[in-house]
Amino acid sequence: MADLRSEFVGIKSPNPFWLASAPPTDKEYNVRRAFEAGWGGVVWKTLGIDPPVVNVNGPRYGAIYGADRRLLGLNNIELITDRPLALNLQEIKSVKRDYPDRAMVVSLMVPCEEEPWKFILPLVEETGADGVELNFGCPHGMSERGMGAAVGQVPEYIEMVTRWVKASTRMPVIVKLTPNIADIRKPAEAAQRGGADAVSLINTINSITSVDLDLFAPEPTIDGKGAHGGYCGPAVKPIALNMVAEIARDPGLSQIPISGIGGVTTWRDAAEFMALGAGNVQVCTAAMTYGFKIVEEMISGLSEYMDGKGMTSVDELVRKAVPNVTDWNQLNLNYIAKAKINEDLCISCGRCFAACEDTSHQAIAMSEDRTFSVIDEECVACNLCVNVCPVENCITMEAMTPGTTDPRTGKVVEADYANWTTHPNNPAATAAE
Amino acid sequence: MSQKMFEPGITAGRLEASAYADQFSDLHPPLDPHEALVAADRCYFCHDAPCITACPTDIDIPLFIRQIATGTPDAAAKTILSQNIMGGMCARVCPTEQLCEQACVREAAEGKPVKIGELQRFATDHLQQQGKHPFERATPTGKRVAVVGAGPAGLSCAHRLAMMGHEVVVHDARPKPGGLNEYGIATYKTTNGFAQAEVDWLMQIGGITLQTGSALGADITLEGLKADYDAVFLGMGLGGVNALGADGEDKTGVLDAVDFIADLRQAGDVAQVPIGRDVVVIGGGMTAIDAAVQAKLLGALNVTLVYRRGRDRMNASVFEQDLAASKGVRIVNHAVPVAVHGNGAVREIEFEYVDADMKGTGQMLRLAADQVFKAIGQTLQGDALPALEGRKIKVDGTGRTSVDGIWAGGDCASGGDDLTVTAVAEGRDAAMDIHMTLVG
Repeated sequence: MADLRSEFVGIKSPNPFWLASAPPTDKEYNVRRAFEAGWGGVVWKTLGIDPPVVNVNGPRYGAIYGADRRLLGLNNIELITDRPLALNLQEIKSVKRDYPDRAMVVSLMVPCEEEPWKFILPLVEETGADGVELNFGCPHGMSERGMGAAVGQVPEYIEMVTRWVKASTRMPVIVKLTPNIADIRKPAEAAQRGGADAVSLINTINSITSVDLDLFAPEPTIDGKGAHGGYCGPAVKPIALNMVAEIARDPGLSQIPISGIGGVTTWRDAAEFMALGAGNVQVCTAAMTYGFKIVEEMISGLSEYMDGKGMTSVDELVRKAVPNVTDWNQLNLNYIAKAKINEDLCISCGRCFAACEDTSHQAIAMSEDRTFSVIDEECVACNLCVNVCPVENCITMEAMTPGTTDPRTGKVVEADYANWTTHPNNPAATAAE
Repeated sequence: MSQKMFEPGITAGRLEASAYADQFSDLHPPLDPHEALVAADRCYFCHDAPCITACPTDIDIPLFIRQIATGTPDAAAKTILSQNIMGGMCARVCPTEQLCEQACVREAAEGKPVKIGELQRFATDHLQQQGKHPFERATPTGKRVAVVGAGPAGLSCAHRLAMMGHEVVVHDARPKPGGLNEYGIATYKTTNGFAQAEVDWLMQIGGITLQTGSALGADITLEGLKADYDAVFLGMGLGGVNALGADGEDKTGVLDAVDFIADLRQAGDVAQVPIGRDVVVIGGGMTAIDAAVQAKLLGALNVTLVYRRGRDRMNASVFEQDLAASKGVRIVNHAVPVAVHGNGAVREIEFEYVDADMKGTGQMLRLAADQVFKAIGQTLQGDALPALEGRKIKVDGTGRTSVDGIWAGGDCASGGDDLTVTAVAEGRDAAMDIHMTLVG
């Protein structure tokens, strides 16, 4: 079994699976259960300055579902902890004392002034916590009070607050980024300038998950009204992966450690985040959907995968895919593939045909007896048939061998790499030589 | 345990009085809303879906399942009923495992098709239990059509004609409408008077007059109908039961399976229906299975179904065969009855095993029997009918017979399987042709 021990900005944990700052990490009771279940660490739900905030007393979550009510996306309007600061600090200390090998990071959100930070940081340090995470991301409730995303959307504020925090604590400082911005690199750069030890992303995305068509109100609905909340869960994973990769492949940011967050549900999701540059991952919605036990699958799955790849430490996986993330204009236009349908696996549902015929390139033929085959003369290898096919690996994309002729264009497939920057149709093309 | 369990002869009350309700409860209890959503989520919404092709009434199955999945079961019901006005009954009695569900791509993928039949029932029940009738009658055309037989073919034809604005009179020899839906289907397949409720619901279209106790050949004649109406549709059932051709088949206790099934359906209390201790059913179709299973449910100790060919040649589906086996019916293949023994009443029935060419092997089988049900097929009765093809009324693709102005469909007409759903399709298609003929 592969060694999953992780060290992130000097914080050690038995595995790279942390619970994100969120409802599952709000109390000693939950966190003890999480550690018993095997989680490598937690980011304790965000602390603030007393008096504590209050939450709504109606529904806090809204959801969207896939087939069979599989929860794909969750939206929440819960605020930071609504319990007194002293109680949280006492519980953090108690849990950390009993689980010294687990990562205990404390999320913080206080007003955008230096004094409150100077006040709270020594209190957190006193608990024995391993680090702090600055919550610059919460998109609802707190941002209206000038905290959370209201700070995270202004790089200058991020830099300023990070600097204050670094000056007031010896603990590692992780800056949590909001995705509700145009370019994720700007707040990451600001955090780096302020001296952050790492960034974590993504926080939740501004969202309305659904509308009650009887009440004509967004859900979750509180007494007939609804407010936007923060979206998370499997549905946000692609957005989070891209933002992690954007930071990881930016030359100016490539040295800053990243804690990956956003829809991590299985070991595979975690591995993908790590391959794109995350040193570890944080999980919330999957635990809220299935309970803490899922970490067992994450541990066994990542371990089996690493064994299969001959990796002995998680650091070998981190950033493994970063060199292959590029810009569109660098993609090889001489690479030519064609869809191929495996008739033995095909169940003849015809979804590939409908998709291609109605919405794409009319490159799939359907016979009287419902045999489906690709018309190479028309296929542009768009992949839509692969995506809509209900049977895994039934349709595959097969690369054409250089030297053969593409029946669609009548041109010989070139072995050489050539991208858009040198393409004759590009008005701004640079000479190939 | 009832005292009468082992009693020889034909008697009622072989089971404890409390046991009957369970025995004859719904074979497939209706899906609840959660089960329906889970089942609907499995549909792939196939292109030009094979299930539609496999349905004799061409119901747009992927569409109605998507309508269920998106929370609009009444819209789903309308999708079903616009193609098949007896979609509720077909959801209960169709051999879906040989039709839509056999064609379902998930049958190919996982051996577990989408539960199309049960979903269809979910949608149609949802609409019909509110008493809603989703169709409106067109402006009356002044044309009058006679329909003979208030079974699936006749009622389907009548409804479509009425919807198009024609005036329809439906004649049926029996006291109640519904045909085999009312008299010929196992009790556990259509519980709680569903057949009657469906007819009542269907009649809400308006423009249909029902004349029960009106038999062709006795109370009405084809000549008379032809003279009195603008068109005639024949949708009678098959009134005659084929004989065994075995010695002694006139003995007491040798009965027609269709009568047994009808008596059970019409019995106010199934506990009052007498049944033998040792029952033998002869035949290999749905009627044979329905009779054998219900004999067992009534408490018969030994029920044997004997069919002259192999299992693969039985008209009853594999599902029906398995159902019978699971209820404790013994199925014997490759045997034909040669003699019924007994002094006045049947006591024993003797079979000879036959080979694949139906040639006797000389090997004999004797089964104890105090009741024998014949289920070896029914035949069309009556004379002065349009030209026949084989033993049924010859029709073309839209139900036209050899006589101008007379259409036919359902069991009495040539072509198609003798299924409820086929009859509904034939009635509907004939109605459209009649309509085009009358107004075109």
